[in-house]
Order: sequence, then structure tokens, then C-alpha cells
Amino acid sequence: MKITSKLWIGLGIFVLLSPLGLILPAHFKAGSAWGEWGADEIKDLVGYVPAGLKKLGGLWNAPLPDYAFQGWEEKGLTHLSFAYIFSAILGAALIALVVWLMGKILIKQNK
Amino acid sequence: MHIPDGYLGPATSGVFCAAMLPIWITASRIVKKTLQAKQIPLLAIGAAFSFVIMMFNVPIPGGSTGHAVGAVLVAILLGPWAAVIAISVALVIQALLFGDGGITAIGANCFNMGVVIPFVGYYLYKLISGDAPVDSNRRVIAAGVAGYIGINVAAFLAGVELGLQPVLHHTAQGQALYCPYGLKIAVPAMAGEHLLIFGWVEAIVTALVVKYLQKQAPELLGKEAS
Repeated sequence: MKITSKLWIGLGIFVLLSPLGLILPAHFKAGSAWGEWGADEIKDLVGYVPAGLKKLGGLWNAPLPDYAFQGWEEKGLTHLSFAYIFSAILGAALIALVVWLMGKILIKQNK
Repeated sequence: MHIPDGYLGPATSGVFCAAMLPIWITASRIVKKTLQAKQIPLLAIGAAFSFVIMMFNVPIPGGSTGHAVGAVLVAILLGPWAAVIAISVALVIQALLFGDGGITAIGANCFNMGVVIPFVGYYLYKLISGDAPVDSNRRVIAAGVAGYIGINVAAFLAGVELGLQPVLHHTAQGQALYCPYGLKIAVPAMAGEHLLIFGWVEAIVTALVVKYLQKQAPELLGKEAS
């Protein structure tokens, strides 16, 4: 088997295991990453929401916020794990495609 | 290490976006000259791998989370300039599609994770590997050290960027406008958790994949794009 095929399979296994990155932090009650808190968390931490942060924080509404479907914030870990795997597949496929296309275009210009 | 929107003021965001433009242009020029057609699939896998590995949030019980980036690995296999492109694409998709990292902070995030990690990691790997054979343990150790140091330099830098905000931007009453924590808190927090936990994750991932490739595809370890 070609090494790239082996690496794709390896990546697929990582994708299927990716919900560990959701379940383990939940199990160990680990909060957000440092410096990546939402406005509510900031308020709990420092007592106020910095004005600029409040304004810029809602600048962009991502279609799959936090690797979940919009409105799934209250769903359980099983649902969220499903969304996480879906996000991993979609994101990995899209990124691989964009990089592959960029590589093709760059090298074509060279010829 | 994905700085969200609203944590960096316009000055910092602007500086890093302005800095990334020439870096991206240079990266395209160099990759265009040095990347071989048969390396394109590997670059695509590398970018996708970095994205997926960043989804593995490692918990500090009762505290925060963090993750590896995989950027040193891409740099070892394809060179630091190719890694700039691969990691930048991953970060842009993360920001746009999943809201992981801010739109305004994309320059800073691409600089920290997409430039600092691959360049620091790549040159450390080269330095430590020396002319050791492709299948040597020295290269596995070099990959681990490069991963550990690369991500830690970037975490330190992210801490400085965040910690500068309350100095740069605050109200007359002293309330911060953006990131509310200064250098004395932000730098030890970002640097500390990466030195203690997340740096080791990057080290192990980088070293293990290099070890795997020594057995399965040693030809990938001997030459890189730039």
C-alpha cells in the first residue's frame, strides 16, 4: 500500500477518535482554553465584559460553532460527539482539498 | 492558542495581519519553486492532520484545555514554508467554519501557530539531527524536542500578545477593552500550561510519527521542499 493511503487511513482513525477531545475535558471538568473564554465566562472571571471584547466577540457567526451544529449547545455528549466527528470529516476534507488545489495551481504556474 | 475575536485590539490585530501578507506571498513563491508534484498529496494530508490533531483537546483537570498543533511535523516533512501554507489554511477554515480563533485575530494566530512553530521546530530538528542517518533514534528525539520547543515559543508569544492588551487599551477608569489579563498573568498562564502539558503532547505526536515514517516511508524524511 502507498504511504499516502496508509496516512489517510491513520487520519481516518484519528477522526473517529476525535470525540475524546470533547469527552475527556468534560469528564475532568476542564474549562475553556486559557484566553478563549466567552463573554459570560469573562464576566465571572474579572467582573465585567471588556467593551471591545463585547463588540468584536460577536463579529462572526460560524456555521458550525465549536465543532457542533447551531442550537446544539444543550445536547448531550453523544449528540455532540456525532457533530464533532462530522466537523472533523468536513474540516479535514475541505482543508485537504484547498491545500491540494493551491499546490496544483502553484506548481502549474511553474511549468 | 486560538485567540478569539475581541481579545486583541486593532493595533495588534493589524500588525500581525500586515506581517502575514508578505509571509504568505514569500511562502507561495518558495513552495512554487521547491514543492514537487508528488509531494502535493502529503501537504494536503499534513494540513488535514494538523486540523484533526488540534481537535484533541487535552484537559488540565479542573482547569483549562489545550492541544498539539502538528506544525513541526509538517515542517520536518515538507519544509517550514510549505508548513506556513498548510497550517494557515487549517487556521482560516477553523475560524470561518467552526469559530475556533477569531477573524480579526487570524494574522496573529497564523503567525504564532503557522510561522513560529514550523520555523522554530524545523531549524531545531535540523540542528539536533545533524547528519544522523534517516533511521536513527537521534532524529526521533530531535523531532520530539523540536515539537516541544516550537509550540512553547509560540505559546509564550501568544501570552505576550494577550498580556500587552490591558496596557495598550483601557478605559479612563482602568477597565481593559480587550484581553483583561496583563503580561504578569497571561505569559505565565500560556507558557506554563504548554511547558507542563501541551508541549509534551506536541513532542510525542511529532516523535511518534517520525518514528513510524522511519519504518514505513524513510524516503519522506530525507528531503523536504525548502
